[in-house]
Amino acid sequence: MAENGTNGTNGQGYVGTRTIRPDGVDKVTGRARFGADFNLPGQLIGKVLRSPHPHARIVSIDTSKAEALPGVKAVITRDDFADQSSEFIPAGEMMMNYRDVVRNVMAREKALYEGHAVAAVAATSTAIARRALKLIDVKYEVLPHVIDVVEAMKPNAPVLHDDLFTAGVEPKPDKPSNVAKRIEINLGDVEAGFKKADVIVDREFKTAPVHQGYIEPHAALATVSEDGSAELWCCTQGHFIVRAHCARLLGMDIAKIRVTASEIGGGFGGKTVVYLEPLALALSRKAKRPVKMVMSREEVFKASGPTSGATVKVKMGATKDGKFVAGFAELKYQAGAFQGSPVQPGVFCAYAPYDIENVKVIGYDVVSNRPKVAAYRAPGAPISEFAVESVVDEIAKKLGIDGIQLRMMNAAREGTKAAYGPKFGPLGLEETLNSIKKTEHWNTPLRKWQGRGVASGFWFNIGGETCASLTINEDGTVSLMAGTPDIGGLRAALTNVAADELGIPYEKVRPIIGDTGSLGFTFLTGGSRSAFSGSMAIVEAAKQIKTELCARACKLWEAKPDQVEFKDGAVRPVGALAEKVKPMSIADFAKVAGKTGGPIGGYGRINAQGAGPSLGTHLVDLEVDPETGRVTILRYTVAQDAGKALHPAYVEGQFQGGAVQGIGWALNEEYIYGDDGKLQNAGFLDYRMPVASDVPMIDAILVEVANPKHPYGVRGVGETPIVPPLGAIANAMEQATGTRFTELPMSPPKVLKALKEKAAKN
Amino acid sequence: MAKHHIEAVVNGDAVEFLCETEETLLDVLRDTLNLTGSKEGCASGDCGACSVTLDGRLVCSCLVLGCEVGGRRIETIEGLATGEKLHPLQQKFLEHAALQCGICTPGFLVASKALLERSPNPTEHEIRFWLAGNLCRCTGYDKIVSAVQDAAATLRKG
Repeated sequence: MAENGTNGTNGQGYVGTRTIRPDGVDKVTGRARFGADFNLPGQLIGKVLRSPHPHARIVSIDTSKAEALPGVKAVITRDDFADQSSEFIPAGEMMMNYRDVVRNVMAREKALYEGHAVAAVAATSTAIARRALKLIDVKYEVLPHVIDVVEAMKPNAPVLHDDLFTAGVEPKPDKPSNVAKRIEINLGDVEAGFKKADVIVDREFKTAPVHQGYIEPHAALATVSEDGSAELWCCTQGHFIVRAHCARLLGMDIAKIRVTASEIGGGFGGKTVVYLEPLALALSRKAKRPVKMVMSREEVFKASGPTSGATVKVKMGATKDGKFVAGFAELKYQAGAFQGSPVQPGVFCAYAPYDIENVKVIGYDVVSNRPKVAAYRAPGAPISEFAVESVVDEIAKKLGIDGIQLRMMNAAREGTKAAYGPKFGPLGLEETLNSIKKTEHWNTPLRKWQGRGVASGFWFNIGGETCASLTINEDGTVSLMAGTPDIGGLRAALTNVAADELGIPYEKVRPIIGDTGSLGFTFLTGGSRSAFSGSMAIVEAAKQIKTELCARACKLWEAKPDQVEFKDGAVRPVGALAEKVKPMSIADFAKVAGKTGGPIGGYGRINAQGAGPSLGTHLVDLEVDPETGRVTILRYTVAQDAGKALHPAYVEGQFQGGAVQGIGWALNEEYIYGDDGKLQNAGFLDYRMPVASDVPMIDAILVEVANPKHPYGVRGVGETPIVPPLGAIANAMEQATGTRFTELPMSPPKVLKALKEKAAKN
Repeated sequence: MAKHHIEAVVNGDAVEFLCETEETLLDVLRDTLNLTGSKEGCASGDCGACSVTLDGRLVCSCLVLGCEVGGRRIETIEGLATGEKLHPLQQKFLEHAALQCGICTPGFLVASKALLERSPNPTEHEIRFWLAGNLCRCTGYDKIVSAVQDAAATLRKG
């Protein structure tokens, strides 16, 4: 193996090329099976009864009439799940607590948001299941609710959890509240920093909760047999995680649950948790029949995780030369009904793109009567970085320095000490800024009501436990098995790596995503880790195969280890031996596998370390219609550091897709609640995600600053692209209108109001 | 009430099925005819993942009732390829990496085919507005638009 960061950089082979994805034909012919596409003989249909109230004590649940309805085979409630003790465990980029998970999948003492699951039924048809739900008699004691994060923090706010005391403050509070946690990070002395500043900008921002918006609703099909063993098919970002959660919630042995990840129709973090899966298993266990459950779009909006809405204060100071000398921020993030908002990554990322000596960031994790948030692409980071990037733009304007230049002067680079702890290795922020500056886009003129904005973004990326296997088949073809669901081209990227490592044609490698019985524990697809970690596991598996084949060649040729080498898909004799024997290809070994030691394969089992952060810079042009307040995105360019793009087309796709999700977040998407605490826009008509006619082509510039900790130099790329758009668009809006927008989304009514207020002032 | 007995033509094949009044064409395709290529993303006609053509007209199959399609001709994603030969739109979606998760892809392909049948040389603007009824959350639409343009060029060459 070559030195880290250098594999595949010679321009030979498949890595870095735009191969056709191996799962592609199934996806363009309708053959690919997604979550709702699985069926079993004798299956029942499961449906969930959900709370109509945002906050209510559940006095009683009478299921007797539903159970008596012909065709109903099982009804479950809180009584079917054992309580769980409070214990925080790491779940990728977020933390989780089974005490809360069991309450989120099925309400116990209280219903904590409109749409909270209260009971579920399994019946022989959808129609009967729906009828049965109406026969379940739930007695509620309706309680006052609280939706807004600032309201929820007030001392007289309705309290969601009697046992929730703010962590991270001294002394420990004697009264429960909705503030689950306070965290703080410090670097240097922020007060001293502000004293050195010639210019200080202090602003408050507000963002709305937004949904991941995957097009495929959650779906699960479970079958539990009489001996307690279970199979589950579901659309998830991590089937090993689903297995662990379900085993815990249902009191089953992990080995007895086999989970197969279906093809997944989008996730963006929202399919890293369980909703239907434990319910389908519990219903199947009770009914002794397979149970299929699929959420409606309304259920997806009301009962699966959006990301936090937030209130953010940012205060930054810079010298007149443009050096940032102090950065302060205070973040208040909605967690939804249970603690665990992404406020910590929000705190960590706020100032991460910059080299600032004095930083202080405080974060609050706040519960309210909304669905529990789930991870959403760079969880927490877009919110805090939107606020900081807006203030950076304001400082640039005050100092008369262009936005790219100011960011360049303050960019974090190799050796920079981040406020959240580490000293960075090589980083690509400066390269992305340079790339943007060189574009024709940056230099084109604008007209009235048009604006141009720039913003940068940071995300850590993660590695973690990962398994992958390579098996040499009898004919010399290779079966590749990965343990992370492929959500956007992973199989193509991993096949590029496997083909190069083994020196065989791409078409000779067939990749699949293995079920939980086929590989060891593999953490989920999230944290931009699947291509990073998966390719490391493939490199390890390939190494084992190459070592094994060399050993077999030594036996066959009666040679010493230094007389053979693996190169270009074959074990080759070295030196004098080359005159006596011919190289043996992988296919040659496959033919004689039975006579030379048996089946040939490699199994990469790693805990991937050294995920390099990925930084990006976005440039946007937009036009505001002063009559309607509508904003049109005219032009958009993304530059991001991929470290090394294993498959450039799917890396570009991440950049483009993230940018457009960010455009939706910035301009239109939001959860709208009535005074009654009920969600008013639980559908795609009123929750307005970008459509094709809303956006232009998205130019993608691949920057490659190798990550020295990865054999090919890879950095995760999936999450960073959603970080810069919010700030870039707000900055462009300021240029187009002369107004600084501090509240998201910048939807037409808000834009129109701001324009009118400005006109009235003038 | 008794179920409706319906005869129709799906992807060139005569089919007959029984359905309840409230069952949609999408329900029938997926649950009765086992054609799961059409997807349900919203059941309200907002996402286009269930796009099919009905007598040549592009519709959301979640907004059509199963009992409405008697005697009519339905084309779904499963009928797009000819034998082993992919339709140029399918081929170009693969070459351009115009799909990530792939859940919206069947709907985009069916809708794009309907576009190219009426407008063989569409502008980017026309493609974007024609496909505005199909939601994709992964790609940002860039590579989808390029793939449709490229497929249109291929089809024009014959």
